[in-house]
Amino acid sequence: MNRADQSARFVEFDGVGLTYGRDAERTQALMPTSLRIAKGDFLALVGPSGCGKSTILKLVAELLEPTEGRILFSGRELGAEPVRVGMAFQSASLLPWMTIRENVMLPLKIVPPFKAGFRAKKAGEYRDRADALLERVGLIDFADKNPWQLSGGMMQRANLCRALIHDPDLLLLDEPFGALDQFTREELWQTLQDLWLDRSPTVLLVTHDLREAAYLASRICVMSPRPGRIIEDRAVTFARPRPIDLTFDPGFTALVQELRGRIVHTPVTGSIGGSAA
Amino acid sequence: MSPRQQKLASAGLIVGVFVFWELFCLLAGISELILPRPSRIIAAFIEYQHAIWPHVWQTFYTTMVGFVCGVAIGLGLGVLIGSSKLAYDTAYPLLVGISSIPKVAVVPIFVLWFGAGTIPAILTAMIICIFPIVVNVSTGIATVEPELEDVMRSLKATKREILWNVGLPRSMPYFFASLKVAITLSFVGSVIAETVAANKGVGNLMLIASSSFNVPLVFAGLMVLAIMGVSLYAVFSLIERNVASWAMRKEI
Repeated sequence: MNRADQSARFVEFDGVGLTYGRDAERTQALMPTSLRIAKGDFLALVGPSGCGKSTILKLVAELLEPTEGRILFSGRELGAEPVRVGMAFQSASLLPWMTIRENVMLPLKIVPPFKAGFRAKKAGEYRDRADALLERVGLIDFADKNPWQLSGGMMQRANLCRALIHDPDLLLLDEPFGALDQFTREELWQTLQDLWLDRSPTVLLVTHDLREAAYLASRICVMSPRPGRIIEDRAVTFARPRPIDLTFDPGFTALVQELRGRIVHTPVTGSIGGSAA
Repeated sequence: MSPRQQKLASAGLIVGVFVFWELFCLLAGISELILPRPSRIIAAFIEYQHAIWPHVWQTFYTTMVGFVCGVAIGLGLGVLIGSSKLAYDTAYPLLVGISSIPKVAVVPIFVLWFGAGTIPAILTAMIICIFPIVVNVSTGIATVEPELEDVMRSLKATKREILWNVGLPRSMPYFFASLKVAITLSFVGSVIAETVAANKGVGNLMLIASSSFNVPLVFAGLMVLAIMGVSLYAVFSLIERNVASWAMRKEI
């Protein structure tokens, strides 16, 4: 495989499916799915709840093993070569006994090659590294606070920092802003976009907020209800950096409406893109 | 009520109980052989203090040795059971079974094995305090948030790294809360063993005093036990508050 090919097929799902349970209780969580994610892409997975979006994320993170097909990274089988992954969920799950800075530094304690030098560098180089990130997301003044002293939005900022501190090749986000109010969420969209433009990791974002997907992603995959499969795959071409006003643009609204139309089985509640959590 | 007033009220109640006790015994003319007055108990304590001290030391010593062993075993078992779902489900029924045996019933067996004296007291103190520690530590470890575990696993953390960085620190508040309970139980355990079969210790002192109808001395022993129990509890509450302060989020 040549370099360009490797980059276009950074993550590749080759007929990957997942089935839980046995016999009568067999549940197909994910229909055999093929999907390619290029290096540096920002892919959003949207779909009704229970459609297997999070399953895809967990398969990529090796938290689940596929029952069918195979997952390749740069053309190689999963597990053959370590792929550095950063992950963030809806609940920030920061460790309450640590300060925000220590929380952000946690991956450096675990991921090679950083972990080898952790003891020696935690007060110097690694601390600066964490502080630079915290500065970037506007949390530097809270670095020495404990998580419970922060608001929900601040905790999610710290959570993003923790997912990025070890320069992951692949950033996996599972509805990271699902529990936040509208204003905070939009603020965090901008933060995430800035971080992505800075560091250009490959991002896989799972969300049920269509506006979030349309604002952030370069490519959106729509999934069908369970058993999930990808029913639409489209590029999002708005110029970057995208201002938050973009969300009032007719083109943007049209895109969101169209995506919504594809997710046929989703009950229509509240405003477009409003939290369905 | 302010905390200060609350404390004053608590102290007032304690003093009040003793005053009532004293007056009640005086006015109702209750025999010293049945219920001695607090002032007589204190007098007995002062009179016999030189005889009492070695017993206090013995009880303290057996309690602490048993407690420390129990904590070590409980912590080890708790970590083992808490870090594996299989071990948790497998070992739990056995643990519940063992813990539901009244510990007094085990003392004769220890006496049979090791003879009357210090060792049965230590063993009783140990065995009685293991269970609450195991339950608390294993629960703390087993209930790590699944999201957090996923984050750690996605970083390719080993089971040991997850245990060390997340599970153990997370179970610390549970552990220290259980120490408070465990030290009190250990203390109960060693006194029980002393009462059944020993030649030393506050429990033994009370047994001997009661057989010679020295009732004020029996009560003086009881008073010493109460003071020891409260002090040990207080020490461990203090440790708990200082070690796992993050779990008591008061300074928000």
